[in-house]
Amino acid sequence: MSPVRVAGAGLTPFGNVPERTGRDLFAEASTIAFEDSGVEREDVEAVFYGNFMGELSEHQGHQGPLMAEAAGVRAPATRYESACASSGVAVRDAVFRIRNGEADVVLVGGTERMTNLGTAGATEALAIAADDLWEVRAGMTFPGAYALMAQAYFAEYGGDREGLAHVAVKNHENALPNEKAQYRSEITVEDVLEAPQVSSPLGLYDSCPISDGAAALVLTSEAYAEEHGLEAPVAITGTGQGGDRMALHDRDYLARSPAASEASEEAYADAGVDAGDVDVAEVHDCFTIAEVLAIEALGLESVGEGISAARDGRTTADGDTPVNLSGGLKAKGHPVGATGASQIAEIAALLAGTHPNSEFVEGATTGVAHNAGGTVASATVHVLEVIP
Amino acid sequence: MSDSGESEGVQDAGFDDWVDAAEEGTAYYLECPDGHGSLPPRRVCPECGLTDLERVDVPETGTVETYTVTHVPTPAFEDDAPYATAIADFGPVRITGQVVGTDPDVVEDGLEVELEITVSQTTGERVIGFDPLVR
Ligand SMILES: [Zn+2]
Repeated sequence: MSPVRVAGAGLTPFGNVPERTGRDLFAEASTIAFEDSGVEREDVEAVFYGNFMGELSEHQGHQGPLMAEAAGVRAPATRYESACASSGVAVRDAVFRIRNGEADVVLVGGTERMTNLGTAGATEALAIAADDLWEVRAGMTFPGAYALMAQAYFAEYGGDREGLAHVAVKNHENALPNEKAQYRSEITVEDVLEAPQVSSPLGLYDSCPISDGAAALVLTSEAYAEEHGLEAPVAITGTGQGGDRMALHDRDYLARSPAASEASEEAYADAGVDAGDVDVAEVHDCFTIAEVLAIEALGLESVGEGISAARDGRTTADGDTPVNLSGGLKAKGHPVGATGASQIAEIAALLAGTHPNSEFVEGATTGVAHNAGGTVASATVHVLEVIP
Repeated sequence: MSDSGESEGVQDAGFDDWVDAAEEGTAYYLECPDGHGSLPPRRVCPECGLTDLERVDVPETGTVETYTVTHVPTPAFEDDAPYATAIADFGPVRITGQVVGTDPDVVEDGLEVELEITVSQTTGERVIGFDPLVR
């Protein structure tokens, strides 16, 4: 399969900027991506754009054309909504469009504006990623759903809050040199364990922040990259998507993410790699338990072992397979519609050697990005490789 | 927050009917000819695609499979927190609900419960609850 080049990537700082509109955020991210790529805006043939809660946070549906306009692009534009996996699925379709030979240049990305809703409003908005009738009306929140999974994991495989705390500590540490990260502060295991409970066993420091931000990628065909002499050493070589039942209580597993397993198997097969080839990963750690479930689903850890991976140094920056060198959703921030595309931007930079944490993955050739929607009723996985 | 429409507004067919039945102690699930259980409203068995679904009584008691105590709720449950949310196994179906009538801290895996429709202290809306057999 012909690789799809990551010609350029752009991120806004992720953080708390309630006054900034979605269109302003995406304009900034896409401008950086175009400058990084050397691709002319007029060459863009399609815009694929991820966004989750725009109706609630900005009273704005139909964001596709609005965001193409904000990016200065005249091309058909479509919004993708798949909860926190919105831009992961947008990237997947962009990859297909280019592979099919139907486009040479696609602008893909996503934006979320969340902090203007306040904590209660954002909690309510995030909850609509769950089943409204059978989960939300019973009082289940988004952190509450992951807490149910954490509790189920402890009961089935063992482990405790301290294991989870090491995930948070690791990701905060990784974010220290990342100028786009929302939190650039060291925390300790004690800080995590002593933080106020959100939904037991998860506390404040087990949870990602509420964030504003945007991410944009300029993806091109191999032929276009060659013809225009683009500097684009990293390509997306595999894509996969998996699905599961909407409500957690209807799942076969409460302490595993089969949708992510399916997505990774498909993506690995597509790229012709396996889990053992993965040098570095960005995974969807909206809560600390989510990173544990993700690395198990990706085959980077055996089922039941993921809980000790951060504590024992297997996924830390100096470990065998560093996970979330960007700081992850936990410390980098989680503007939900932007997250999937931002993870691909981070992996591309890590593999290209342009990331502040690239020193930890010198010589690495293969990375994966895992993006999850809701309580992983949706999941996408992308494989990126260095192809000089 | 969406309005469940108990006394005003529009009902959610299937769901509000189910809550009515549960309130009267006659909660049901939907069973397909192959014996797969699922919760309403539904026209198609999500497991096999068969469309001939029949109402069958939910077993009297269920077992807490996993639970959490929520301290930071959505605005619709602001005055209810902290409260315990559990997934309980009723055999053919699992259900998510709030554990009622007991201190959230005593909830544990394996706790036997009965369905009991309760109301949100914040909104007065009906909520699926689980009443422990032993407190
Ligand atoms: Zn069936």
